[in-house]
Amino acid sequence: MSEEILKLSCRELQRKIAKGEIKSSEAVSAVFTRIEKHDAQIGAFLSTFKQDALARAKEIDGKIAKGQSVGALAGVPIAVKDNMCTAFGATTCASKILENFHSPYNATVIDKLLAADAVIIGKTNLDEFAMGSSTENSGLKKTVNPWDKSRVPGGSSGGSAAAVAAQMCFAALGSDTGGSIRQPASLCGVAGLKPTYGRVSRYGLVAFGSSLDQIGPLTKDAADCALMLNVIAGHDEKDSTSVDEKTAPKCDYLAKIDEPVKGLKIAVVPELFQGADGEVVAAVKGAIELYKKSGAEIIEIKMPHFEYSVAAYYIIATAEASSNLARYDGVHYGYRTKKAGDYIEVYTKSRAEAFGPEVKRRIMIGTYALSSGYYDAYYLKALKVRNLIRSDFIAAFQKADCIMMPISPTTAFKIGEKMADPLQMYLLDVYTLAVNLAGVPGMSVPCGFDKNNLPIGLQIIGSTFQEEKLLRIAKMFENQTDFHKKKPQL
Amino acid sequence: MGQKKIDIEQVRQVAKLSRLDLSEDEIAQFSGQLSAILEYIEKLNQLDTSKVEPLAHCLPINNCLREDVVKQSLGTEKTLANAPQSDGQFFIVPKILEEPGGL
Repeated sequence: MSEEILKLSCRELQRKIAKGEIKSSEAVSAVFTRIEKHDAQIGAFLSTFKQDALARAKEIDGKIAKGQSVGALAGVPIAVKDNMCTAFGATTCASKILENFHSPYNATVIDKLLAADAVIIGKTNLDEFAMGSSTENSGLKKTVNPWDKSRVPGGSSGGSAAAVAAQMCFAALGSDTGGSIRQPASLCGVAGLKPTYGRVSRYGLVAFGSSLDQIGPLTKDAADCALMLNVIAGHDEKDSTSVDEKTAPKCDYLAKIDEPVKGLKIAVVPELFQGADGEVVAAVKGAIELYKKSGAEIIEIKMPHFEYSVAAYYIIATAEASSNLARYDGVHYGYRTKKAGDYIEVYTKSRAEAFGPEVKRRIMIGTYALSSGYYDAYYLKALKVRNLIRSDFIAAFQKADCIMMPISPTTAFKIGEKMADPLQMYLLDVYTLAVNLAGVPGMSVPCGFDKNNLPIGLQIIGSTFQEEKLLRIAKMFENQTDFHKKKPQL
Repeated sequence: MGQKKIDIEQVRQVAKLSRLDLSEDEIAQFSGQLSAILEYIEKLNQLDTSKVEPLAHCLPINNCLREDVVKQSLGTEKTLANAPQSDGQFFIVPKILEEPGGL
């Protein structure tokens, strides 16, 4: 029974729970049986809330037994990346500096999940402060890819992606600053959506790159992404960068998910395929071919500034990070050194002892780019290039409904393989960063496997606030394929 | 190898601005790594941006104003709950100012 429950989508599970066919407490127990059996190896979770989750599940089961109405995620076990504040448990960002931090409040997305009657079962591992592409930068734990335990799950939402792939939850929240939802989704063979910047409130998401960060779901399929977006999207007065209903009204993303987009036009950028491995290119081209066979028009375009996105991103994101992470001062919260003499040493030694190498590296690059004498040459230049990159997207969406390309140039790589050279690791983000710089929504959808049986993701990029169409386009692919239904043998 | 984009002394200066008390090993390592990264970033100079406006964020919103109303705040206990050191009313830090005459 318990194995059968784990195979259900969020939608199916919620329906069965709401009808009383399955109890939420059964689903939560099934998930914890799975976690207890496999997470010692996978390492997806930094913390779990078994007793509280079971108690909450019983509460929801009680509501249903009494015939009370329940929310869109009633009784569904959900995992959350550990850079979103929860007023229960710790919020660590996988950093030693926040290892014992207990947030006094919930992030808005957490309140929204709870209001929809979801059961939050635990918090997942990430690259420290979401800085990385493999989850190897976690200061607290190692996470492996459920498809091959000698390989990385991708990052930075690697714990969330691994938890969904290994069926240790029914859906998870991640955050995406430069690909951190889409890339691990691709490497773990699950669906992942980065919404338009401003679609989901960032209140309570620990800040990394404030003009780039966006929360989104990792799920078993596109329709579950739509369901999760229904729950988490919307204006929040606590986040002045979340869009109001007048600018970009949210809609029911699930309502028309099964309606194909008529006269679908897909843009592709032929030059961009040169940088990816042969098997990745073949799978992504195969996916585009399938759309074509179903009647979509394929339009070849150029995005002349796309190739500059790695250079622009690693100035803008690090500049914002260096400023955001200045708050870790060893005084208000977080780790404090025991070796300090004066106040400045509290600051400098606490940070030196508790931040990991990648976080230090990014603070250093960002500080350099913002420092007197270099600001114009680096930071201002990068912001201008960002504008050019966005103009490429605006031009593309005048011709097409979406753009398709790979997510990652390779499938999941071996643990440790890319850690020696930070620049080589940054270059792996070549396909994902431009989406954040332009603020547009992007998805990862499983579209094949390589010869080692490792998942490959198709990236579908939509126009600003067009998540509804983007999700429908993704669903069109799933309707004709079963890549998203394949599960790893643990 | 030509001259490094960012030398040891510059790394020290940036570390100071970053409030990071780096070890000598880290300083040496960062000099190499940061130089390689910044050299790559030079790529941006291939583009003529003399007529391009900088783009700080992508949203069609400018000023977000709201009524100035008094709301519940966290309160002292919750605010200090995560402090490495406090006396229940204030954060405690080492002495910042020298004794009178020492300045």
